[in-house]
Amino acid sequence: MTTLRRSLRMLRVGWQMHLKMLGRSSFNTLLGIVYPLFFASVAFFMFRAGTDPKPLVYASLGAAVMGIWGTTSTAAGGAMARERWHGTLELLVAAPVHFALVLLPVTIAMATIGVYSMVATLAWGRIVFGIPVEVAHPLAFTLAVAGTVVSIGALGFLLAVAFVRFRQAWALGNMLEYPVWLISGFLVPLSLFPGWVRPISWALAPTWGIAAIRGAALGGAPYRDTGLALLLGGAYVLVGVVLVERALRAARDRGTLSLS
Amino acid sequence: MNVVEAIDLRRTYKTTTGTIRRRSLEVEAVRGVTFSIAEGELFGLLGPNGAGKTTTIKMLITLLIPTGGEARVLGHDVVKDARWVRERIGYVFGGDRGLYERLSALDNLRYFAELYGVDPRSQRARIGELLELVGLTGREKERVEGYSRGMRQRLHIARGLLHDPPVVFLDEPTIGVDPVGARELRATIASLTASGKTVLLTTHYMFEADALCDRIAVIAQGRIVAEGTPAQLKAGVVAGTVVEVEVFGIEEAAADRVRELDGVRAATIEDRDQKQLLIVQTAPGAELTHAILSRLGAAEVGRVSSREPTLEDAYVQLVTAE
Repeated sequence: MTTLRRSLRMLRVGWQMHLKMLGRSSFNTLLGIVYPLFFASVAFFMFRAGTDPKPLVYASLGAAVMGIWGTTSTAAGGAMARERWHGTLELLVAAPVHFALVLLPVTIAMATIGVYSMVATLAWGRIVFGIPVEVAHPLAFTLAVAGTVVSIGALGFLLAVAFVRFRQAWALGNMLEYPVWLISGFLVPLSLFPGWVRPISWALAPTWGIAAIRGAALGGAPYRDTGLALLLGGAYVLVGVVLVERALRAARDRGTLSLS
Repeated sequence: MNVVEAIDLRRTYKTTTGTIRRRSLEVEAVRGVTFSIAEGELFGLLGPNGAGKTTTIKMLITLLIPTGGEARVLGHDVVKDARWVRERIGYVFGGDRGLYERLSALDNLRYFAELYGVDPRSQRARIGELLELVGLTGREKERVEGYSRGMRQRLHIARGLLHDPPVVFLDEPTIGVDPVGARELRATIASLTASGKTVLLTTHYMFEADALCDRIAVIAQGRIVAEGTPAQLKAGVVAGTVVEVEVFGIEEAAADRVRELDGVRAATIEDRDQKQLLIVQTAPGAELTHAILSRLGAAEVGRVSSREPTLEDAYVQLVTAE
């Protein structure tokens, strides 16, 4: 089996395994019901003024992607903390496979759980608040969602590298949840922010992901934005792969892998 | 050929104390450990809690970087060739941790089989073989959270052997397991060397090391204090007598006074329900019963007896010696 095929297989098996594990947590299931309702409510109450349904759809889609990012950013840190508590982190590090192939499926599995959150948010918006969501380009919309999930998973991976090195870094994930959805334009257009914020927004894959999803749903041109989200996701993975080896070396040097 | 070599291996941890005025401390967990393990040998690293057993094993399995000395597995440096070494070693530790509780044993083994690069075409057969070896066939689809300590430990062993490593590191694999389960685990461990594997076993159970190991190194306070075959270790320390005194309300200071006596090699206090047992190892020919009793102060004395030393006494003498 070639290295590439083995790596892809490792990613798939890891993704399936973590998805299965996440799906078996009743607490996660409860949050999966409550959070989308919260996101849908935020979107509705912020944009209900006026008779034009477009702003509501715009906000509803943004709120839906908030679910993907929220799940990934907070859960990525939690996942590494959990590996520490379970004593499995050392076993994962002691395995001969590159640690990036262990870590990446964890965060992509979380972003995938976020897709459920996205669907639930749109459904709550439709059922409870009557926000219509009609997708102009279904294929482009599917690609945009898939690209957003992968790129957000990649951003989560970059954060998870910090969680490997620093035990308390899970707090970083919680801290970044709100700023990222704010400056990625999930609810508020980027044009409302000062100029210096925009380069930061452009460096964040969720910015392009939500733009692609909105473009596909509302009849714009989503492919360039999907491509940019994926490109940034790829860059996060490359940086993460380099950093994770350093983080592991530092953790082995300081003897912090077994600490929870 | 030496499969595992530790040469003057050292490990220091940096830690801090205090909240506002933080002070940095250095703790020497391993202080120049040297030993080697030959191919097919079952080598025991024996020592009390905190002696440096786990730290030593973690350096050998690439999880910790030594702060001094060097270590090789199958001729490869554990720091420079970490990935190469990882492909050829198995690591099993004792206790409840190290498994995905919400998944079944089968899912756990499948995932680790991928991590260790077991050929997908042979994974199913290999997992079946190992489940059979550790006696979990028929229970593999149950979630691990419902497993007993013994079952978890057996699953740990199966996980560590998935990629059929030539070298296996077992870190206190029977800790907390009931006597029957521990006996079964020891039989499994013994079968590993029978199949040609080289095994490093850490334990603080003397009888376990005696029953399983070809050679033993006793480690205390980060240093090897004795090394040899079980017979050699016994021969070196079992001469003399052990005086046991049942006491009520003895203080550590009294044991210190007993230790100061000429001819006393070691003295320990063990709690036995509402009383304590003072165990004193004496040199050959020394008659110290009266001297020991005179140093117990206000403690109430019960039954006094003397007996031949056991292997456990030998171990206590080694690890408590200054």
